Amino acid sequence: EPLRSVPAMLSLDFLDDVRRMNKRQLYYQVLNFGMIVSSALMIWKGLMVVTGSESPIVVVLSGSMEPAFHRGDLLFLTNRIEDPIRVGEIVVFRIEGREIPIVHRVLKIHEKQNGDIKFLTKGDNNAVDDRGLYKRGQHWLEKKDVVGRARGFVPYIGIVTILMNDYPKFKYAVLFLLGLFVLVHRE
Amino acid sequence: LRKNIEDFTGPRERSDLGFITFDITADILNGKNGFIFDWNVKQLFLYLSAEYSTKNNALNQVVLWDKIILRGDNPRLFLKDMKSKYFFFDDGNGLKGNRNVTLTLSWNVVPNAGILPLVTGSGHVSVPFPDTYETTKSY
Repeated sequence: EPLRSVPAMLSLDFLDDVRRMNKRQLYYQVLNFGMIVSSALMIWKGLMVVTGSESPIVVVLSGSMEPAFHRGDLLFLTNRIEDPIRVGEIVVFRIEGREIPIVHRVLKIHEKQNGDIKFLTKGDNNAVDDRGLYKRGQHWLEKKDVVGRARGFVPYIGIVTILMNDYPKFKYAVLFLLGLFVLVHRE
Repeated sequence: LRKNIEDFTGPRERSDLGFITFDITADILNGKNGFIFDWNVKQLFLYLSAEYSTKNNALNQVVLWDKIILRGDNPRLFLKDMKSKYFFFDDGNGLKGNRNVTLTLSWNVVPNAGILPLVTGSGHVSVPFPDTYETTKSY
């Protein structure tokens, strides 16, 4: 059965199709859908293991790293402990107690003999370093604050997640259409 | 290169503050692998960093100056008598008498899409700091 085009779906033909599908076919489609979701989750978990980061892909949320990165760009991170933190690197970090990850560049590091390191960051597009952003009384970031180091990126693609965040109706519409597509599409 | 140090009450306890002026002459059009600004290079983030060791910390790195070079900008740099963009504070008093402060020029290649490599320029300059502090604040 070929994939139905959007105009065909908009007519009421597909409703007849759904009624014609017997229960067994419906369960089959639901299982198919479940498999897709599980595979996606497995790939995501696999990425977490390989990169060592709890969040191997992040979306850039602000313009503080322009002109290198813009809002909506997608960053690929690794967080391997063997990789030392050095100046010039682009790190994604979280300030204690805050949820939103920040993507900035390392400006200064002071590392002890035993590997303990404290460092300062700054956004390329900001005039001053990030000390004002850190927690009250906090002057440095430490390894535990790091989500990962940016190793690669693709532009624009992450804008979909930003839209879904800012406009929940858009998120529901996307999810609804996706669900509809998978359930109705027959192999 | 002119250097003087001053005990300066910065954002935290009294630490050494270094002042460095420098010249940079660079032609970054042609790197080791040929033409650096190929079709996938959006910009270069250039930075001058000082690296040194102190009693307090085995490794210190401080970015003194940085510059963004966009594709299409003039890739030849003739900078003279530049002052550092950022305060060169040590974490403690490790700059006084430190003979082994090395300045290196490095750059981050930002592609239109893809991997973000960090490249260190070959060749570096050693900047020895004097044993005494300067008390006049003339910068």
